[in-house]
Amino acid sequence: MKQSSPQISDLTAAMIAVRNDRDRDAFALLFDHFAPRLKGFIMRTGTGSGQAEEIVQDVMLTVWRKAEQFDPERAQVSAWVYQITRNRQIDVIRKENKPLPEELGEDPSAEPDASQILAVEQEAGQLRDALGRLKPDQREMVEKAYLGELTHQEISTQTGLPLGTIKSRIRLGLEKLRHELKELR
Amino acid sequence: MTTITHHAPDALLAAYAGGSLPQPFALAVAAHISLCLDCRAAYEAHLATGGAVLETASTEAVSDGLKSNVLDLLDAPIAEKPVYQRSGAFPGPVMEALKGKPPRWKSLGMGVRQSILSDGRDGSVRLLYIPQGRAVPDHSHNGLELTLVLQGSFSDETGRFGVGDLEVADQTVEHTPVADAGAPCICLAATDAPLRFNSLIPRLLQPLFRI
Repeated sequence: MKQSSPQISDLTAAMIAVRNDRDRDAFALLFDHFAPRLKGFIMRTGTGSGQAEEIVQDVMLTVWRKAEQFDPERAQVSAWVYQITRNRQIDVIRKENKPLPEELGEDPSAEPDASQILAVEQEAGQLRDALGRLKPDQREMVEKAYLGELTHQEISTQTGLPLGTIKSRIRLGLEKLRHELKELR
Repeated sequence: MTTITHHAPDALLAAYAGGSLPQPFALAVAAHISLCLDCRAAYEAHLATGGAVLETASTEAVSDGLKSNVLDLLDAPIAEKPVYQRSGAFPGPVMEALKGKPPRWKSLGMGVRQSILSDGRDGSVRLLYIPQGRAVPDHSHNGLELTLVLQGSFSDETGRFGVGDLEVADQTVEHTPVADAGAPCICLAATDAPLRFNSLIPRLLQPLFRI
């Protein structure tokens, strides 16, 4: 049986449509996917339902407003949304802005390379599978770390997750972007 | 472009991505990532892991009106926060801490200067300006200290640190950084505890200079 060639995921396609075309239907799809997950994720840190929904609203609005920063050659939509969410949670809880790295200058390519996107998605899928295979106590530690509940001293770098492979793939995406920046200058 | 040889340890990047780092360290790590493609890639790999945790989180149903609320607000005007660009030796996050203005240097003697960016319960972060051949006074640490080189270089018992290099020192490190020949060394130093000197006189000066 002939296998069909892999497709870019619906979420990534929706995010690209929001970014390039300001597509509201695509945004609605992202909302339906992420809003309940975000609310669950935010409530894990002890935030009440009402405040969690306020943060969900802020995060989803940021997804719309900052869409031009989304680079599918470096990040899955979930990674990008995760970053926005943690930043917003910190701003709300600590009442101060978390210092963020500089953006890389130019916006990501409007016509991204499908093979690089698929490779990033594949690596992220493997990461998710590996997370699912962790022993319950290991998995709890990883979740705590990414909910901001462990200090850096408490975080063991031996999470059992294959971070090296996705890191190399992201590094390729970064180098490509930097290369494009050089050509623009 | 110099080659960065001293990187942020992975646990520090994970804590930065997860958001548990105290503000002074978060600033030092954000500034290092701004200069270091390797650590940016590692940081984004941690964001991917955070994304995987989010993706597999148990869901909570949201209120009926939330979606229409958000859709109605999509094009509402908002006050844009200023974005601080790199200026000279100072990467964007440092410019943000400086609120876009040049540092206000205060002399510490012997040509060494500092500019305190923040000093509070969760530690302090400041810029240091060290002319060539001058030492940052010998000190040991109560807690953790991150030092990011922004201009010039310094050397100590553990090696040479050039632009973009991040030194991570804790109480086990007794070191005497000395600025190398060339342009004055400017670095960003973040601590989660007040520094203490080993010699008596600087110790007396400590409250005065907040070093």
